[in-house]
Amino acid sequence: MDSSTSPQVTNHPFFAGLPAPAVEWLTQCSHNVSFQPGQAILTEGAPADNLYLLRQGKVAISTHSPGKGHLLVQTLGPGEALGLSWLFPPFQWQFDARAVEFVEALALDGRCLRERIDSDSALGYQLLKRITPMVVQRLQQTRLRLLDLYSADGGNGTARA
Amino acid sequence: MVAMALPVRSPEASIPTAWPERPGSPSRLGDPYLPVLFTVADRLQEAPDIWTLALQAEDGEGFAFKPGQFNMLTSFGQGEVPISISSLRSGDPLHHTVRDVGPVTRALCQAPIGSPIGVRGPFGTDWGVQDFADSDAVVVVGGIGLAPLRCAMQALLDGLGLPGGPRKVVLLFGGRTPDQLIFQSDLDAWAEQGAEVLTTVDMAANGWKGNVGVVTQLIPNAPFDPSRAMAIVCGPEVMMRFTIKALIERGLMAASIRLRISLERNMQCGAGLCGHCQVGPYILCQNGPVVTYDDASRLLAEAEL
Repeated sequence: MDSSTSPQVTNHPFFAGLPAPAVEWLTQCSHNVSFQPGQAILTEGAPADNLYLLRQGKVAISTHSPGKGHLLVQTLGPGEALGLSWLFPPFQWQFDARAVEFVEALALDGRCLRERIDSDSALGYQLLKRITPMVVQRLQQTRLRLLDLYSADGGNGTARA
Repeated sequence: MVAMALPVRSPEASIPTAWPERPGSPSRLGDPYLPVLFTVADRLQEAPDIWTLALQAEDGEGFAFKPGQFNMLTSFGQGEVPISISSLRSGDPLHHTVRDVGPVTRALCQAPIGSPIGVRGPFGTDWGVQDFADSDAVVVVGGIGLAPLRCAMQALLDGLGLPGGPRKVVLLFGGRTPDQLIFQSDLDAWAEQGAEVLTTVDMAANGWKGNVGVVTQLIPNAPFDPSRAMAIVCGPEVMMRFTIKALIERGLMAASIRLRISLERNMQCGAGLCGHCQVGPYILCQNGPVVTYDDASRLLAEAEL
């Protein structure tokens, strides 16, 4: 992983509408990172220490199974956020993630965020207003995939001609 | 039931004895209730359970239709089913892309070259691609929903950048697995012709370099201007509902969205008589299957009709 210390925060939708002081504070709590294709970004069970806001490239979220290797769960791309486990105990990644293409992202320090929002509920509310819709959206997307709509029976098990 | 804008067949309507007058609609097949014999000239496997049949008319002529229309296909001894026309252009040899989901479609998928297929049609409304002038045409497709859109995609691209044509063409295509992403050669050709083609699958094995996720996930970052976009949506109805929601959240006007009510609505006569395909006030074989979202929004919210 390569990193630099002059974060580019303003061009990611996560920051849209965020008050300037909050943007400035988050800038201090973040840094730019990049990953080469195939490079691991998250490892299941490892400490969940960052929220990654993706600016470029594609990331594959997966889990592993003996004899089957990595099982793809979802891919994420520019404008999306990777990694939410830094927010809640046990602060460990629940899945693996690796770069499919060259990835550039802004990494927000999870420990720094937690400490700050514990003492600044207004900022915490602003962050959760951005994180919760992502969680809801992924839950809805997962539900749609569970329906298996494109299967031969259309996901409803009915007989067809 | 709420009032709808589309025409409703009145009880007094007489039994049609000829094709309704539609510009560009052929009358060469004559009696709309009488299947005309075509012959399987070629067959191509698109996916493990999906085949495209090239059908040859006795007179050897191409088949005129509008993008989005369908035919009733008869597998003799099995039955008749509505199948979208998947020819690339009107006037080309007749192509139908069929998924094996039951006894009739299985017989069609397995029909050997040279075997007879009965054809009635074309029926139904079309995508109205001529209305996409100067727009960003956004085509969102799930599964085999690309089959009825193959001709529409080509028509949009044939007009891309020309007077009366769209300004941009974007295809967002979601499938179950990578091997269910049909028309791969078309996808490549359309990209070369200037379309932005983005695909995603619900499930993929390790090594897949493409997107994994539902097709709605592609919408927020897809390269189009929502203020000048018009959308076509085709797929399972649940997929269409969530796609429409995502398109409207992106900024599209509801009036600029067209969708195709599923052929699973049990089309049988194709001529607006039997009522099997009725959804609310619509007889979909005639008032559909392509409808505007403005017209269909309340129907999509109904659990059962």
